[in-house]
Amino acid sequence: MEKLKKKIGSISFWKWVIASVIFRLILIYFPQNLNLSSRPEVSTPLTSFRRLAEGYWLKQSSMSPYAGSMYHGSPLLLLLLGPLTVKRIEGQPNHILYSLVSVIADLVSAMLIRATGQNLQLAYLRTLGSLDLVKQIEGSEIHPSGDVAALIYLCNPFTIVACVGLSTSPIENMAVILCLYGACSRLIPLAAFGWVIATHLSLYPAILIIPVIFLLGRGPDAPPWKLFLQRHQQNGMLNQSKLPPGFSWGPIIRFAFWSLVWSVYVLVLCGISLKQFGGLWEMFKSTYGFILTVEDLSPNIGVLWYFFAEVFEFFRSFFLIVFHVNILFMILPLAIRLHHRPCYLAFVYVAIFSMLKSYPSVGDSALYLGLLGWFVNEFSDMQFSLFLFCGYVGVSLLSPVMHNLWIWRGTGNANFYFATAMVYACLQIVLVVEGVSAMLNHERKLRRLITGKTQDSKSGLLSDSSP
Amino acid sequence: MALLRRPLLLLLIVTHQFLQLWIAFGSVNEEGQKQEEFYEELLLKPLPDRKVLTHFHFQSSAPPTSNGRHHHLFPKAISQLVQKFRVKEMELSFTQGRWNYESWGGFDSIPSSNAKPPGVELWAVFDVPQHLIDPLWKNLTHTLSGLFCASINFLESSTAYSAPEWSFPLASGSLRYGTLPREAVCTENITPWLKLLPCRDKAGISTLLDRPSIYRGFYHSQRLHLTSTGSGSEGMDLGIMLEQTLTVVLQPISQRASLVRDSEKHIQPSWSLSSIFGKQVSGKCVLAETSNVYLLLDRGLVAELKQLHKENEKSIENSLTSENFWTNPSFELSAKPDRIFIEECSLLSKNSSVLYKFEVEKYSEFEPFDLGITWKIPIVWLCQQAPLHASRFLTGSGNERGAIAISLKSTQTTEGFMGAHSNDERCELRVDVFQVVPWYVKVYFHSLQVFVDQQPKAVSDIIEKIHISPSKDKVSPGVMELVLKLPCSMSSTALTIEFDKGFLHIDEYPPDANQGFDIPSAIVSFPNFHASMVFLESDSLNKSPLLSKFQEWSHVMSYTEVLLVPLTTPDFSMPYNVITITCTVFALYFGSLLNALRRRVAEEERFLKDKSAKKTGQLPLLLSKLSAKLRGRRSEPPHSSPVSSSFINSKLVFKVILIAGLAVCWQYYFL
Repeated sequence: MEKLKKKIGSISFWKWVIASVIFRLILIYFPQNLNLSSRPEVSTPLTSFRRLAEGYWLKQSSMSPYAGSMYHGSPLLLLLLGPLTVKRIEGQPNHILYSLVSVIADLVSAMLIRATGQNLQLAYLRTLGSLDLVKQIEGSEIHPSGDVAALIYLCNPFTIVACVGLSTSPIENMAVILCLYGACSRLIPLAAFGWVIATHLSLYPAILIIPVIFLLGRGPDAPPWKLFLQRHQQNGMLNQSKLPPGFSWGPIIRFAFWSLVWSVYVLVLCGISLKQFGGLWEMFKSTYGFILTVEDLSPNIGVLWYFFAEVFEFFRSFFLIVFHVNILFMILPLAIRLHHRPCYLAFVYVAIFSMLKSYPSVGDSALYLGLLGWFVNEFSDMQFSLFLFCGYVGVSLLSPVMHNLWIWRGTGNANFYFATAMVYACLQIVLVVEGVSAMLNHERKLRRLITGKTQDSKSGLLSDSSP
Repeated sequence: MALLRRPLLLLLIVTHQFLQLWIAFGSVNEEGQKQEEFYEELLLKPLPDRKVLTHFHFQSSAPPTSNGRHHHLFPKAISQLVQKFRVKEMELSFTQGRWNYESWGGFDSIPSSNAKPPGVELWAVFDVPQHLIDPLWKNLTHTLSGLFCASINFLESSTAYSAPEWSFPLASGSLRYGTLPREAVCTENITPWLKLLPCRDKAGISTLLDRPSIYRGFYHSQRLHLTSTGSGSEGMDLGIMLEQTLTVVLQPISQRASLVRDSEKHIQPSWSLSSIFGKQVSGKCVLAETSNVYLLLDRGLVAELKQLHKENEKSIENSLTSENFWTNPSFELSAKPDRIFIEECSLLSKNSSVLYKFEVEKYSEFEPFDLGITWKIPIVWLCQQAPLHASRFLTGSGNERGAIAISLKSTQTTEGFMGAHSNDERCELRVDVFQVVPWYVKVYFHSLQVFVDQQPKAVSDIIEKIHISPSKDKVSPGVMELVLKLPCSMSSTALTIEFDKGFLHIDEYPPDANQGFDIPSAIVSFPNFHASMVFLESDSLNKSPLLSKFQEWSHVMSYTEVLLVPLTTPDFSMPYNVITITCTVFALYFGSLLNALRRRVAEEERFLKDKSAKKTGQLPLLLSKLSAKLRGRRSEPPHSSPVSSSFINSKLVFKVILIAGLAVCWQYYFL
């Protein structure tokens, strides 16, 4: 019976996957009508397809791809995806090959998310087992979080739009997911590769090194020692076999080694491809430098473009530092508080940097919304979930309208569009904060179950008095 | 010196004859050494659309000398400028209005070298190593800005000028080119320009420059071209040739405007110098070598006149060459020309233009020179067109993106020229396009498309050579230089290139941000075609710089329209609101997330207390006891005990010291 249910579940999962792929293919065949590739929500200066094509064209005419202020991506993307920007097949829509690559990248990301989610769930159940909490949890239904996450990622309109809109974010997201998958399944070279590529492509995933270290050092789900000690103290006996493994430095050293290897490899490749165009310094200046200095003030769904278009010139560097440090400041408190759930930590980091990054796009939101699916069981009692859902729907409908009013019709002004960007930022903040408190509450629930059980066995009176 | 100055004083009082004697004496005096020379000339040309082209041409030259910085005629400001900035060649033009290539012609040397884009255009070639050019250019713009009372200094910024590679045949690399399309041109610019003339506008042809009448014109372009010759070796000053031209297209006020009848509507308006300028020429500028006025009848007009004559009386076959042509049945000149030149028939066309020369020195204050032309019969003709008519426009709507389109339309008149060039089967027309785009118009060069006769063509088939330097944000403009090879049979060609509109910082918008931004004119030139008019009787030509200018082989060039691109504007009144709102959101994020992380529920508190109570050891125990005591007391009404206050104080003091230390470090290391 159990097996049958599982089978039915997996069949419906594959049905959904196929449906989403077919939906993407249908959209790809109407690219002219949709014109998604020039939407500000989809194509930022970093992920725009047209800029990629321009960079490729400049390189083909033996100029540096960074010669104009057009292309700000990696030279490797130019090598891999550049030829697809000009290749045309008769009778097919333009850029069909490029779109297919995006679809494949999305599919691969979804599969990796699914595998990681299953991994996570296994680890979670094992932990519960070691804490003898399986029976308490059994009452509530456990969702297959891997499948849920993969389906959220695949069927999310944001992901679909980013994929059909020819942006490079599906590739960047795939690199991030590859890194997390590698770390979860302890494939250290793969994790290092994903981390290096993700950092190379969009800089911000560099902070994922902290969750990756926790993942490698302690496994995907390691409840705090404190809980074990508490539990076993109260039981009066220590079951060595059920203790979580300690922090092991071996995999981390191997990860460091492999990251070094891969980054040298990537840098050498970039160096070779940019040899006659000013070398690596030019690349760093126009990729990382461009990200950090927020030079392009064209509108996007973030808040920084309008801020830096309006702020006084002499405060510019101060605010640049403040906004970037805002991301860094939260790394340590989150790492301290959530170190035993590294994947969740990774999700929070991804959400934070896609909210505060200089050129956010819906592709970044698609990534953290997909990762959110991993924790569907823990989030079951999250506050404001309906409000958040409605907020996301509302903003994604209003934002194009406001953009249209401002840019195309000229009846609105920049403040209209900026207001939706502010609302979007607030929604993301609420999501992150509520997500973090939901996870902490879940931890508390587990702890209460442990302590409550022992206290139950000792005396029923105390447990009643505890809130 | 004294010898020279005394006659200069005399100059003001004695009459023309004496002056000429003196000039002759002066030239004898400095035998063997080339003199500084000044020529003034005026060319008048009736245009097909009832307008008159007046082209003033003043030329001063200073030969390479070694006698220091003293000049007799040559403007000192210009020679200092050339010496200081090592200018090899420079051209500055102030233009208002647009040259109408379709009805005023585009093939002669007048439109090719004198039709300029609206606003200010400046290019200069420097005779210095590459790395010194940019600072020199910046200084030059400031000097010229002061010299001509114009905002040429805006060309100093690296976003405003470019270094074309091969669009200007003169020099590659050492040339800088910049335009200010929105510069308003007015009398404040012409006064300093006239100051460079030895007679200013007090005598000679330049007295005609009556401000209200020249600024009433349809097109007004004042140009300054200087060339330095000779080596800049030690002790030897550069020889400089300064050419100042003023091209004005005026609508003569018809003297018979009140009684125009239907039959007379097509008659060209009759005009005279006094009717178009309100002034007459009362003699030459005494410092000028020659002072001539020319009347040019272009090829189309002459052909039309011949046609009319043939119809009327077939006997006059070669009447144009005869001396008494100046009174002929179709028009009448009020003054007798001193000389008539006929253009040497070229291979390109069967017709030749006719030039009447009038020497101003024959006239005096009592008998002023007032050239007039009176048309007797209606006549319609066409000016000679450039092989292709170039125009440029924007496509797309909205403030996000658009496309620039340059359309080249074949003019019918070119078919004749094509015959000369199409010796072989594959006849090709070479067209050079030079386009500068400001950085905030972000051009996607990969989107360049070529349409020949509305059919899309592969870019590599049409574009023979391409040079692109893409724009860098806030650093340099984008430059596009193309060499097109078009089939002669085509009737229209269009080039389109897409762009995204940039978003600027609020400080970068001009005061009238909603008016839009200008994209400077593109230059379309036809290297296969040369605008030159060679006139017979070349014995007297070496004395007339204007005619020798006509003889020079120059490329046929035309400028396209200036484009106005509206850019999106942010809300200029919002900086404070945006800063406060954004910072509030960031504070919300930071505060609420930190709060969620450090919040503990009661149960955890108790657990921590238990743990701390169980801890053994002297100091932790003591501290925990102390803290427990403090907490116990603090729960009571807030009268702080001396113990607790001292405890808090020590902590506070430590914090203050820490912050102060950090501040000192910051101050010391970073500021």
